[in-house]
Amino acid sequence: MMELYDGPLDVKEIFGRWLDEEAASNYGAYIPFVGTIRAEDGIEALSFDIYEPVLKAWFDAWQRRALERGAVVKMAHSIGDVPVHTSSYVSAVFSPKRRVALELIEEFVEDFKANAPIWKYDVKNGERIYAEDRSTPMDGAGLLQ
Amino acid sequence: MVKIEFLGPIGKAPVEMDAKSLADVAQKLKEDEQIKAWLPKCAVALNDTMVSDLSTPLKDGDRISILPPVCGG
Repeated sequence: MMELYDGPLDVKEIFGRWLDEEAASNYGAYIPFVGTIRAEDGIEALSFDIYEPVLKAWFDAWQRRALERGAVVKMAHSIGDVPVHTSSYVSAVFSPKRRVALELIEEFVEDFKANAPIWKYDVKNGERIYAEDRSTPMDGAGLLQ
Repeated sequence: MVKIEFLGPIGKAPVEMDAKSLADVAQKLKEDEQIKAWLPKCAVALNDTMVSDLSTPLKDGDRISILPPVCGG
């Protein structure tokens, strides 16, 4: 399951609902990850653009990889402005035993940072500035150079 | 005609062009100085599927997306 929201995430609602959804699924491990906006470099907020069709394809591929290991991945992300000290990204892995969930959450979050089609901007004085120095070219970048 | 979309921070309106392959698209995009600077860092999707082969043939109505460096989370 992939969820997109305008603005900051309601982390407690999302994690509580995901827990309820899998309450009877017989998973022994539930490992959540929360990304929270830190106050640094004078930013008021971060802001995000998402290209949903490619994000959905990326996520569906991860869902299949998780399923092969008996696990489920879930994620939610914000679109638009997200103020400091609120959250823009949560994800979780459910699996029968902890080892798979611990491995998957790391692989999933790292690949998310590298290949999910999401663009981040610092918001300073109401202006959106592309976070170019923290951004990573996706796999296959440079094809048209 | 194929349509080229520039995503995220590139900030350029879509363009249409005649192109028989991604190599044709690359050649034409390099004529635009603003876009040329982005190309080494950008990945490419054809009709919302990521592609990695410059010889990929194109047909009328195809949609090509140019994806600059990402940073989710």
